[in-house]
Amino acid sequence: MTEPQGSTPQTQQDVKIRIHDLHKSFGSKLVLDGVNIDIAPAESLVIIGGSGTGKSVLLKHVIGLLKPDSGTVEVDGTAVESLGNRQITEFRRKFGMAFQEGALFDSMTVWQNVAFPLQRLTKKSHKEIDDRVEECLSMVRLEGVGSKLPSQLSGGMRRRVGFARAVAHQPEILLFDEPTTGLDPITTALIDEVILDLSDRLKTTSVTITHDMESAYRIADRIAMLHQGKIIAEAPPEEFKRLEDPRVQQFIHGQADGPLSEEMARKPQKSNGESNEADEGNEAD
Amino acid sequence: MTLPRPFEGFFEEMGRFFQLTGRIFAWTPRPPYDWRELLRQMVKVGVDSVPVVFLTALFTGMVLALQTFSVLRRFNAESFVGSLVALSMVRELSSVLSGLIVAGRAGSAMGAELGTMRVTEQIDALEVMATDPVHYLAVPRVWATTIMLPLLVVMGNGVGILGGYLVAVILMGANPVSYLDKSFQYMDSSDLFSGVIKAAVFGFLLAAIGCQQGFYTTGGAEGVGKATTAAVVVASIAILISDFFLTRLLF
Repeated sequence: MTEPQGSTPQTQQDVKIRIHDLHKSFGSKLVLDGVNIDIAPAESLVIIGGSGTGKSVLLKHVIGLLKPDSGTVEVDGTAVESLGNRQITEFRRKFGMAFQEGALFDSMTVWQNVAFPLQRLTKKSHKEIDDRVEECLSMVRLEGVGSKLPSQLSGGMRRRVGFARAVAHQPEILLFDEPTTGLDPITTALIDEVILDLSDRLKTTSVTITHDMESAYRIADRIAMLHQGKIIAEAPPEEFKRLEDPRVQQFIHGQADGPLSEEMARKPQKSNGESNEADEGNEAD
Repeated sequence: MTLPRPFEGFFEEMGRFFQLTGRIFAWTPRPPYDWRELLRQMVKVGVDSVPVVFLTALFTGMVLALQTFSVLRRFNAESFVGSLVALSMVRELSSVLSGLIVAGRAGSAMGAELGTMRVTEQIDALEVMATDPVHYLAVPRVWATTIMLPLLVVMGNGVGILGGYLVAVILMGANPVSYLDKSFQYMDSSDLFSGVIKAAVFGFLLAAIGCQQGFYTTGGAEGVGKATTAAVVVASIAILISDFFLTRLLF
């Protein structure tokens, strides 16, 4: 499978998130060039790909932080880009998202950060919120840091607090932008376990971006590789390892030489020839 | 149609400003009302600016008295120094100078704070947690500044007049009673009122511009630096330009 059009579950019930022909450019840079993929309820999808291939951009389209130039993202049958300002606020209650560097509010303590989604999105009492915050912090082994400010934590700790904040209100869909990058192997395994547990126990659908193949094999029901703005390969982990596409092989084995690095050397700026036309089209509006 | 770059940039900024203003008004009446944040911003923008506004007004009043005294003496009109200082402060200088000072202090801080939140994805995180960043961040800042700047200006009025009084009476040997008498003789409530209205408009402008620059920050630490600079420069120019039109409108 080299150019899949996304797996196609038969009925609407089998699709939680459907991404169809998604295009996005920033100025003259074409980032997403027709992404197609369907994600099933309770599925754990891992997206891999080199830096700057638009993985984070893809994730931000799913939750409506970015609007596509063309194409659609549907969640539970609702097109995200069609939602107005107020509807999107309601829509986002379904989601929890952990950002790359944590994105903790630096004017608030760790406790306030993790409590924030509970206060804004649920009607829990102060006591319930307090219990849940403690529970989430101990889930990522950060008991007792509640009163600290994010600036007093290490990068890895901030990332774990961001993770705890994302899962605190038990959303239906979790989006993780490199949740384990820069963490030690033991903490990484711990976070992976939490992700697995959430999808087993709460039937949470999750989309995780990672560079860490070990972690990807552990948590993924399916792995997809994003390259030059397209999904170039997708398969369950065991199958994915055996894919013959040389780009996939180079990536999962972390080799410096191969088709990916040759392409990077050839086209340092533009992702491909077509992008020139797409750019001009984009700048006109 | 493509406009030359500088024009394009100008209209883009204007568009963003009016869009943000619209969203601020649309979100203001909607709950939840974050009174604590409003109060916190009022302290940060208003109370913390008291010393610098105090000094600015004091020395402006003092130098006004010094300058006008030596000029008016040529016409044997020294007795009008009090009126001139008081009216200049109340109608014009107190609001404009306080606006510029607060733009430099609080407007820049808003640009830097929101800009940092933008580049570290904290604003995205707010949106993800079903919280509108304009509602949560811009609304309290803008209204806090709109409320506090007029209060600072009222203080500045008093301090400026005091500064003028000190110079005239102590340095120039003017008669204290007649100086004060002249200060308020030609002043009516509309002078005071228009200065305060102007201050409210300046407060709104400088905070909305600071927030706007922060929200649209791109490009890491350098971007935050640019946003901070732009927050001060754009707000200062907006204050000076709107001052002219407001003065034309109010008098």
